[in-house]
Amino acid sequence: MRSVAKLALATFTLAAGVSGAMSAGLQDFAAVERGRYLTNAADCGSCHTVPGSDRPFSGGRPIETPFGVLVAPNITPDRETGIGAWTDEELEAALRKGVRRDGKWLYPAMPFPYFARMTQEDVKDIRAYLSTVEPVHNPVPVNQLPFPLNQRVAMTVWDRLYFTPGEFMVQSDKSEQWNRGAYLVEGPGHCGACHTPKTFLGGDKSDKRLQGYTLQGWVAPDITSGQGPLAEWSADDLAQYLKTGHNRFAAAAGLMGEVVELSTSKLSEDDVKAMAVYLKNQSGPKPAADSSADSHVLAAGGAIYQDLCSSCHKSDGSGVPDLIPNLAKAATVNMGDPTTVLRVVLQGAQSVATDKEPTGPAMPAFGWQLNDAQVAAVATYVRNHWGKAPPVSEDQAKKERAQLDTRTN
Amino acid sequence: MARKLPRKDVVIIGLGWTGSIMAYELADAGLDVIAIERGPWRNTATDYPPGYAADELRYRIRHELFLSPSQTTFTFRNKMSEAALPIRSWGAFMPPNGVGGGGVHWNAETWRFLPSDFMLKTHLTERYGASFLPEDMTIQDWGVTYDELEPHYDRFEYLCGTSGQAGNIKGTIMDGGNPFEGPRSRAYPNPPQDQPFGHTLFGKAARDLGYKPFPQPSGNMSRPYQNPLGVRLGPCTYCGFCEWFGCGNYSKASPQTTILPALVRKPNFTARDNSEVTRINVDGSGKRTTGVTFVDASGDEWEQPADLVVLSAYTIFNVQLLLLSGIGKAYDPAANTGVIGRNFTHQTISDVVSFFDPAKFVFNPFIASGAIGMCIDEFNGDNFDHGPHGFVGGGYMGHVQTNGRPIETTPVPPGTPLWGAAWKKAVKENYQSAIKPGTGVHGSMYSYRDVYVDLDPTYKDRFNRPLARITMDFHDNEIKQNKFLTDKFAEIFQAMGAKQVHKEYRKGPYDITKYQTTHLCGGAIMGTDPNTSALNRYLQSWDVPNLFVMGASAFPQNAGYNPTGTVAALAYWAADAILSKYLKNPGQLINA
Repeated sequence: MRSVAKLALATFTLAAGVSGAMSAGLQDFAAVERGRYLTNAADCGSCHTVPGSDRPFSGGRPIETPFGVLVAPNITPDRETGIGAWTDEELEAALRKGVRRDGKWLYPAMPFPYFARMTQEDVKDIRAYLSTVEPVHNPVPVNQLPFPLNQRVAMTVWDRLYFTPGEFMVQSDKSEQWNRGAYLVEGPGHCGACHTPKTFLGGDKSDKRLQGYTLQGWVAPDITSGQGPLAEWSADDLAQYLKTGHNRFAAAAGLMGEVVELSTSKLSEDDVKAMAVYLKNQSGPKPAADSSADSHVLAAGGAIYQDLCSSCHKSDGSGVPDLIPNLAKAATVNMGDPTTVLRVVLQGAQSVATDKEPTGPAMPAFGWQLNDAQVAAVATYVRNHWGKAPPVSEDQAKKERAQLDTRTN
Repeated sequence: MARKLPRKDVVIIGLGWTGSIMAYELADAGLDVIAIERGPWRNTATDYPPGYAADELRYRIRHELFLSPSQTTFTFRNKMSEAALPIRSWGAFMPPNGVGGGGVHWNAETWRFLPSDFMLKTHLTERYGASFLPEDMTIQDWGVTYDELEPHYDRFEYLCGTSGQAGNIKGTIMDGGNPFEGPRSRAYPNPPQDQPFGHTLFGKAARDLGYKPFPQPSGNMSRPYQNPLGVRLGPCTYCGFCEWFGCGNYSKASPQTTILPALVRKPNFTARDNSEVTRINVDGSGKRTTGVTFVDASGDEWEQPADLVVLSAYTIFNVQLLLLSGIGKAYDPAANTGVIGRNFTHQTISDVVSFFDPAKFVFNPFIASGAIGMCIDEFNGDNFDHGPHGFVGGGYMGHVQTNGRPIETTPVPPGTPLWGAAWKKAVKENYQSAIKPGTGVHGSMYSYRDVYVDLDPTYKDRFNRPLARITMDFHDNEIKQNKFLTDKFAEIFQAMGAKQVHKEYRKGPYDITKYQTTHLCGGAIMGTDPNTSALNRYLQSWDVPNLFVMGASAFPQNAGYNPTGTVAALAYWAADAILSKYLKNPGQLINA
């Protein structure tokens, strides 16, 4: 890191001398490369590109929030519909302060409370990279929230409640690796944007950092390492998961599959390890063991499991390392909220394929052959037989099925 | 009028095992590759998930994974004097269709041929004299040797994660393996699969009779495996739904489970499914292909120009496409001239059904995999002296009970009524205590002057192109071979303690309605002489040097093994020749 920082400083000085306001100019190869890396680390492409589109960063992807749908804007260098006409300062204000070029406030679907932790240099490097992508003329009607949420002025109150400005502060009593991990997790990686529980206003519950949240139809599990579902994961397991999408316990699918594909798989081995070391150092609560599952439901669920699931996940739920998730140890299975288990049983799931793990195994859908009671039984079994996550009711299965019927993503 | 697409470096016709291997090798070297596949794209979880992969009615009886005869078929006759008729329901073999080809629904029995198989004509003539061979037998040497193919066999086995016990590592004979196999450079990547009770008994009985039984090399995983491309397979669950079925849990080697995940990540690879190539285009000189013409699912016709064409469809469709494209001289059996269509072969298989005392033997036949079993190789190829027996060729034989599926697994002793209460009672009594190997005697079929493929004079396909016509019958040599092998096979079941052993000899005439194997071979064979072979030793067309033809259609005759291992080894061998020789100097690689 140190040598990179020095290099950044050198290029900063050089570029400033040449182009004034444009600190890291277009011609600055090193800044552009760092910017590309940071753009991946911040996963900008995920929200700002319509999946499958060949026009990266041109916006238009609907982002589902608890309050309604926001559409990610165009961040290509197009001067009219993108950010081409923005100054570096204007972009920095958006990224790190949540303030738009027109002075209005951004909604926190844009994770500026996290990006605020980034250094000024990193933001400039991201700008340098975004300046090199192909400009796309694509006007995006961003705000589709209902009144009064469509009034951006409401964000002033929100910011006061939930936004703490200020760059990441190095903790001198921790290792360089820990600090690098903390920077990536709390800054560009914005892990808490999904994994930290939210208040009714959508702000982070700061006393429950990284302890899991459900959004966009998926559970973002507790990723603290205290007594939660990741308790048995080593830092290496976690790093491998971030880098490859797979490890001996779990496989990334859904939103996390996208995060791995577009972001963490593109980070260096050192950086994912640093993130893992930091996350392993975050303590969390021990979930209460639930013994309320009905023995008949467990028996039925076990029978369905042996018939339909055991050929891949094995009779004991242990799966196959790096191929088929270990149901006893996979974080999303053993969370209090069964949303992901129900979704995957009903709909199936495509795990992510990466350069390191190109297989991308998929789980088939079972919604067509299991009724709600059967789905609830098998979900209860996989959650409660090996671990002690709460049972799942037929009504929950029914609601999830109805939810999925209305989903387009 | 076909619309013209942008030129590619390589067009691949058919995305099965060999198409996938060639696509990966050539795309990995940086070439811009497109594969055009007649059937649909297929993935494990969406097309044959565990929830219904094991549906015998759907896949075995109703043939869901195969080509539909209404899409295209072929005509058949036993003798040149007969009129051939079109096949409307598959019988003797199952033409594959779709991405993965036969690699999706094979048993994964993964063999190497014997070193002498590749020098067959020379070897047999030297040992027994030319007069020992039937006059109309047209066997040839392959033009490639076992030693040349060994590294390529090895690559395929490590791609697939083949489970097996080596019998010969660099000349050292290994206990428990096949002592007759050619020397291999290293052990199999995975240990053999566990053998169920009946298979274990067969092994013991064979050993007691003085044979050297060994577990069949299997593309069903004995343990989790990650191949050199980074693709992972899971361990086999011994469910007994391999052949005719796709594997629902990633444990049978197929293009889907070994190559395609890595191939589709390459930006210089494209695939078009549900698109049928109707012609390989050749320029005015007749010496160069300019690409292919294909028809998509909407019925629209497209021309795909390419510098190099790889033909990698199923045997009979390779031959048909060459004939329809006017590439190479069509074989004329009367004049004994021409090459396209000659040396067409299949396999000579038979079985032995054994009945044991239900009170003493419980075999649980449903515990199985497609390539599980104990085999012996004493009677394969030229592993034994044929002098006293008056025939050539042979095969491996084994207790390879691939399944105990309910619809088909109904062995009853001869003399049982074919239906009704007595039949039901016999099925119930014998299900657990009878043995009917899925693969029993797996004999060679050598080539003959009057067994061949040409274009049918009467019947046309949906594009108004003539169907391929098969003329095929068993010859006395194979009938004798089969009687000898089947008798030897039956002795082992006797030694196991069977109370009744029923031999189902292979007899003529060749029956196109009953399943034998899908191992059609020949018709576009490799060799050393352009007058008697379509391809040179690198699978390159003698006539059109920028055309390479993969698959078992290149076999001059068929050996006594399942062909896929050799088919794949030849594909790697050809890919290596293209990359190391052809691309440096595109043109004919052999001066004949």
